[in-house]
Amino acid sequence: MSQAFNAEQQQSRLEERAAMALDLARQMGADACEVGASVDQGIGVSVRLGETETVELSRDQGIAVTVYVGQRKGNASSSDAGDASIRAAVEKAISIARYTGEDPATGLADAELMATDLPDLDLHHPWALTTDEAIDLALRCESAGREQAGITNSEGASLSSSEMVTVYANSHGFLGSRRGTRHSLSCLLIAGSGDHMQRDHDFTTARRSSDLTSPESVGMSAAERTLRRLGGQRPRTGRLPVLFSPEMARGLVGNLLNSIAGGALYRESSFLCDQLGERLFPEWFSLGERPREVGGLASAAFDGDGVATRDNLFIDRGRLASYMLSAYSARRLGLETTGNAGGARNVRIEAPLASLESLLQQLGTGIMVTEMMGQGLNPVTGDYSRGAAGFWVENGKISHPVEEFTVAGNLREMFAGLQGVGDDVDRRGSIQTGSWLIDSMTIAGQ
Amino acid sequence: MTLNPMRQKSNDVLEQASALLLAPDGLDVGALDVGLGHAMGVGIDYADLFFQRTWHEMWVLEDGEVKDASYSIDGGVGVRSLSGEKTGFAYSSQISSDALLDTGRTASGIARSGTRHRPASIQVAAATARYQGVDPLSGLSAEDKIAMLKEADRVARAEDPSVTQVSASLTGVHEVVLVCASDGTLAADIRPLVRFNVNVIVARDGRRERGSAGGGGRYSMERLRDEKVADKYAREAVRQALVNLEAVAAPAGQMPVVLANGWPGILLHEAVGHGLEGDFNRKGSSAFAGRLGQQVAAKGVTVVDDATLADCRGSLSVDDEGTPGQYTPLIEDGILTGYMQDKLNARLMGMQPTGNARRESYAHTTMPRMTNTYMLAGRDDPEEIVKSVKRGLYAVSFGGGQVDITSGKFVFSASEAYLIEDGRITTPVKGATLIGNGPEAMSHVSMIGNDMALDSGIGICGKEGQGVPVGVGQPTLKLDEITVGGTGT
Repeated sequence: MSQAFNAEQQQSRLEERAAMALDLARQMGADACEVGASVDQGIGVSVRLGETETVELSRDQGIAVTVYVGQRKGNASSSDAGDASIRAAVEKAISIARYTGEDPATGLADAELMATDLPDLDLHHPWALTTDEAIDLALRCESAGREQAGITNSEGASLSSSEMVTVYANSHGFLGSRRGTRHSLSCLLIAGSGDHMQRDHDFTTARRSSDLTSPESVGMSAAERTLRRLGGQRPRTGRLPVLFSPEMARGLVGNLLNSIAGGALYRESSFLCDQLGERLFPEWFSLGERPREVGGLASAAFDGDGVATRDNLFIDRGRLASYMLSAYSARRLGLETTGNAGGARNVRIEAPLASLESLLQQLGTGIMVTEMMGQGLNPVTGDYSRGAAGFWVENGKISHPVEEFTVAGNLREMFAGLQGVGDDVDRRGSIQTGSWLIDSMTIAGQ
Repeated sequence: MTLNPMRQKSNDVLEQASALLLAPDGLDVGALDVGLGHAMGVGIDYADLFFQRTWHEMWVLEDGEVKDASYSIDGGVGVRSLSGEKTGFAYSSQISSDALLDTGRTASGIARSGTRHRPASIQVAAATARYQGVDPLSGLSAEDKIAMLKEADRVARAEDPSVTQVSASLTGVHEVVLVCASDGTLAADIRPLVRFNVNVIVARDGRRERGSAGGGGRYSMERLRDEKVADKYAREAVRQALVNLEAVAAPAGQMPVVLANGWPGILLHEAVGHGLEGDFNRKGSSAFAGRLGQQVAAKGVTVVDDATLADCRGSLSVDDEGTPGQYTPLIEDGILTGYMQDKLNARLMGMQPTGNARRESYAHTTMPRMTNTYMLAGRDDPEEIVKSVKRGLYAVSFGGGQVDITSGKFVFSASEAYLIEDGRITTPVKGATLIGNGPEAMSHVSMIGNDMALDSGIGICGKEGQGVPVGVGQPTLKLDEITVGGTGT
């Protein structure tokens, strides 16, 4: 990399910038203030058909100031953290707070909730990688995929590596910061020709470069995933059991989390309003988060309010045990924050896990969904209808690829109809789950 | 030749843009030459510098009060060096001589050998302004902005007692860009963009539903107020929510579908538009690749991408490479006639740029993207189109859509739809997602209305993680057969 990045230096610079913004806000008449600042620097390369396609060096930074004047609030942000920009942002935030309406729920999280124990979660593992080395890894990845018989074209392979520093400070005297790294390699290939082309991809991502899977295995897996889609047929319209692959099941967990997030609840835009304590899933199913997991992809010791994060169990033996709340949404709902300003972190499922083979046996005849398209979810009602592609399963065996159909149901019924979770856990994201088998959904095909 | 008044206009914009982008950091047009020199290293055959500054403002009403408002300033310079099919890219949030040196050297590092080309002498691009270069945020006072939002809340709540939640937002972006390229291009643009949105929740007899409406374009916030959009969109959001409160499960299976005019043009955006972007066709990864001159849609279908519409959300006076915005026919009477191009893909395909080069910001690289994409009107009476369907679906409004450009499969989800029974629009249905194959769906277009309309100005298109504002439009359309994915029978 040609741009030097000293994370420690950046961290102390941002901490100093945040402190300056807090001081300024106090001087200019704010009763309370909070500041978030971040810088993210990285390299991204892509190759296609054996040639370098792009080399990109990125450096994004920003500082955001929120001020409170009485029960009124104003926000301003800038991509530049120089003195003049910070002053302008604070001034603008205060001027906005002169116009916004009073909100009894507004303000910082309570001072006694601020995180005091800030352990090193081992998130920062820079990769000393030259541009040439990055290109070489991407080339190895794409070439391993293109060598597979039947691959006819490529959208290329990409490698990215970035380092970020995040700082949050508020006028309770809280100042927290963290450094992290993220490295990813992906490959997208094409098989077939003319009217019968298919594409698919695979990727690996980790905080440590040594945790990435090999470029060759990513390329070969991308090829395999692409090739298995060739010759897809349209399934019949009807009601069938559906197995969601781990990547698709992750989306269902995301739908659940969005529906128990404080903001959706106080806006009444969730089908899970007023459902605390209700049974949503079978009794063998629990789901929670482990935000302080050492080295976790989404680990953090404090949330977006500076509140200490903690292990939360959202679904406890099938019942909705906790909402996912920030300080503000908790006040709106008359509850306590759960340390989830900024979302859930390192979501894990606690359930007996079955092998994919036994889930397919349990499914019998139906559909395995490996890709979904579109945004067909109504969060207010839970009504769900999305485009899909995957495989027809006949008597517990994968038969042939299927495409151009929709899977529809209602999330409430889908959750209640969960028949099993696979041990094929996908560990590449903040939400980690295996496949989900749902008892019955409507398939619209031909 | 007479003096072109538009050239005069371009110079005005250029002066304003230079004053806002370059002057604050002590740069002038001379610094552009030096910057381009850094970006035109050995083996580089094209380079451009893209300067941008945006001022973004958002006011949000919830529970009858504007409790939240935010303001942000972003800006910097993005430098791109091209060598054949290779792109080197770097950017900086500082606009300074040092930043131009660093980013230029980094970007031009993409090539290591070859000839060093001299940038061509600069010529100001003559482009027609498609909107006024105003600062859209300054037209209304904070009090006026808040009053508009409160008006939306009042109107929505008065509209029906089952309204339980109203949220409304007013956003505005003042964007100033300046592009300087080694092919001699020097262009600037001042792009206002505003939007007003209302979302409501209604509850009755244990059922809850949502409705939303909004719109805007490339003009000042004053115009939103003068057009009384708060009132209009509040009523529309409540109407849609009440319709959905009565909706039954949409049917599942293949059937004829009538799409209303306007926003349902998202069909064209997904089923046709993305597949006709130059990059996918150069790479052969689009289902439409290599099909220029072939029949890809039913006769009578003419689809264009049009950046020249006055004040529309997707319009561009010049694109992000400095090419003037254009009217580009894509499909004419069912025949594929054109792709949307940026300079890189046009050059590699031996075609002309079409003014479709767009980027989310200086921190993103350019790609061929849509502007306003729509189907031209046909001759059919919309009422006759509905009457021609024995049993099918009438879809009025949609949430979002997505396409796999390689297999051609696309999907989009209705947010307001009805059954058609014996030629009449009857019961509202919920959860109707349509799925099809782009070229196949376009061959099923059997009737085209005479009521072409554009959407109200709400679209955001995402591609490779970059979002840009776009417009869509179409007349009322009948597709003889497409798969509807509901849960009913």
